[in-house]
Amino acid sequence: MSADGARGASTDGRLLEVQDLKVSFRTEDGVVQAVDGVTFGIDSGEVLAIVGESGSGKSVTAMTLMGLTRGPNTSFGGRALFQGKDLVGASEDELRKVRGAQIAMVFQDPMSSLDPVYRVGDQIVEQIRVHDKKISKAQALDRAAELMEKVGIPRAGDRLRSYPHEFSGGMRQRVMIAMALVNSPKLLLADEPTTALDVTIQAQILDELRTLREETGAAVILVTHDLGVVADIADRIVVMYAGRVVEHGTLDEIFYDPQHPYTWGLLGSIARVDRDRSQRLPAIPGMPPSLLRPPKGCHFRPRCPHAFERCTDVPELAARLPDAPAHLDRCWLEPEQKRKLRQVGDQIGLASRETVIS
Amino acid sequence: MGRFIVRRLASMVGVLFAISVLTFLIFQAIPNPAVRLAGRFPTPATIEHINQQWGFDKPIYVQYLKTMKLIFTGQVISYTQQINVVHELWTLLPVTASLAIGAGIIWLSMGILFGVLSAWRSGRWLDRGLTVLSMIGVSMPVFFLGAVMSYYLGDKWGILPAGDYVPIQQDPWQWFVHMLMPWFALSVLFIGVYSRVLRSTILDTVNDDYVRTAKAKGLTERQVMTRHVLRNSLIPIVALFGLDFAAVIGGGAILTETVFNLHGIGQYAAQSVAALDIPPVLVITLFGAFVVVLIGGVVDVLYAYLDPRIRL
Repeated sequence: MSADGARGASTDGRLLEVQDLKVSFRTEDGVVQAVDGVTFGIDSGEVLAIVGESGSGKSVTAMTLMGLTRGPNTSFGGRALFQGKDLVGASEDELRKVRGAQIAMVFQDPMSSLDPVYRVGDQIVEQIRVHDKKISKAQALDRAAELMEKVGIPRAGDRLRSYPHEFSGGMRQRVMIAMALVNSPKLLLADEPTTALDVTIQAQILDELRTLREETGAAVILVTHDLGVVADIADRIVVMYAGRVVEHGTLDEIFYDPQHPYTWGLLGSIARVDRDRSQRLPAIPGMPPSLLRPPKGCHFRPRCPHAFERCTDVPELAARLPDAPAHLDRCWLEPEQKRKLRQVGDQIGLASRETVIS
Repeated sequence: MGRFIVRRLASMVGVLFAISVLTFLIFQAIPNPAVRLAGRFPTPATIEHINQQWGFDKPIYVQYLKTMKLIFTGQVISYTQQINVVHELWTLLPVTASLAIGAGIIWLSMGILFGVLSAWRSGRWLDRGLTVLSMIGVSMPVFFLGAVMSYYLGDKWGILPAGDYVPIQQDPWQWFVHMLMPWFALSVLFIGVYSRVLRSTILDTVNDDYVRTAKAKGLTERQVMTRHVLRNSLIPIVALFGLDFAAVIGGGAILTETVFNLHGIGQYAAQSVAALDIPPVLVITLFGAFVVVLIGGVVDVLYAYLDPRIRL
């Protein structure tokens, strides 16, 4: 069954349905296929995590939904239906009405994502008034204070008048979240929202996101490379590698029954406190491929110790387990083989090449 | 912000004091300053009078106080020309101020306009054309440009008057017409510099994260440009403008004033140096330094207003 088939039945009524999304950038060295046929969907109230290493196309995917990757050297393919309307082909005017109103985004680096020359209150007010021309400045400020209170900024009323440089990183990220939520968006895109923050602050920010999701019923797409964060908050996971989705399933499916060798590698390289730490932390050998000249067939093939002849054909993103029709992956191996191969010692991991040969 | 202004004022007073001391020390470098000051063929009585007035026979701190008193009470006399230097300065100031203010408005507005256009169409023909123009503007010396303008526009075709100053209170229209050529001749260099600086700052700012945030808010392209990109890009331009404007007021436009026969402070300074007439040199140096410091202070306050991060 193909990916479209698997998801096709439930397409109607989904909040966002990304279908075969392609993004490529023209550079001096050639065309970089940053996103190569990404398909996934999300319902209201759901948290979907997109994970992958740097350069896997996860941020580009999220930014494309907001139209932020548009430019003279970018070309797109596929569709992203948001409440039935395509965002990829939408005009700049149509897109502007959606941005900040129905879809909002929180960026990776809170230190530089706020304009240094305006008070944070005014920046939130700007966000309100772009989409609501009738609201008075005083009303908008009240609303801004209310939201800042909600995301855990103490003395919010006073802090409206502060400038971004007077806040810590965690507080700035809270401001960004308040700003993103102020127009009650239906979809929140969070692009590595906790990457630049301390671990304790990370946990607090994730808590905020969780509460807000419960209170507002908004859908959240969380882009991250931190599997700890994912385990904490996500309902479903999309694993991306070199511009493609390599696996897609629920949190439990991905963590306890991962089907793609790349996912095994990711899971195997998490530092865990409940394990013997005398040994070196396993890493996936090699580097992600250049997206200028991606390898033929499966993009993970050059780094995969389990690769065989068939891997030079691109595996489809499809359900390969009879009992889990929504658990999709791109790997030619049989589920039986996978179950054996992914077992490295007493945990899931990616076997090293030497082990495989011997 | 209030505290920032108070502290800035305090430091300005300190700087002004230091400048006055340094300028005063010029006399310590001159052997027998009273004779030097007195001009050609002085009578012994004049020299004696100068010694008395400036206190050259007294300890150095008395000399300093006497010199400052002379300057600030407006009693400095140029003995060579037998005129009061401070009075002279006040009569010349409107000429220089007319030149500086008019030219400042022109170079700031044109510099911003060209910079924005250049950044907006970066890499295209308009940008390339403006780049070439600004390079020409930057490398064209004002004595050459001024001479060419005044020959063609003034003498040959008679479109604009080729120089001289008409006081504004006498005839505002003639004042304006007479100032047009000097204004443009002086502005060309600055327009070139400012448009290049602004172009590159804008192109840097456009890639900043907060500009992406602004786009993600749903602002229009124009709103993103004016409220966020331009607002941040103008900060360095303000700093540049303060310095350049102060330098022109303080007598820095010597060439422009000379080419267009404007009897302003710059020209006065040049003539005094040529005639080895020390009192005007002393007063103009001090005046120029004061103007730079004062306008610098104003610019710093404006700067702090524009960029809250430096209001510490």
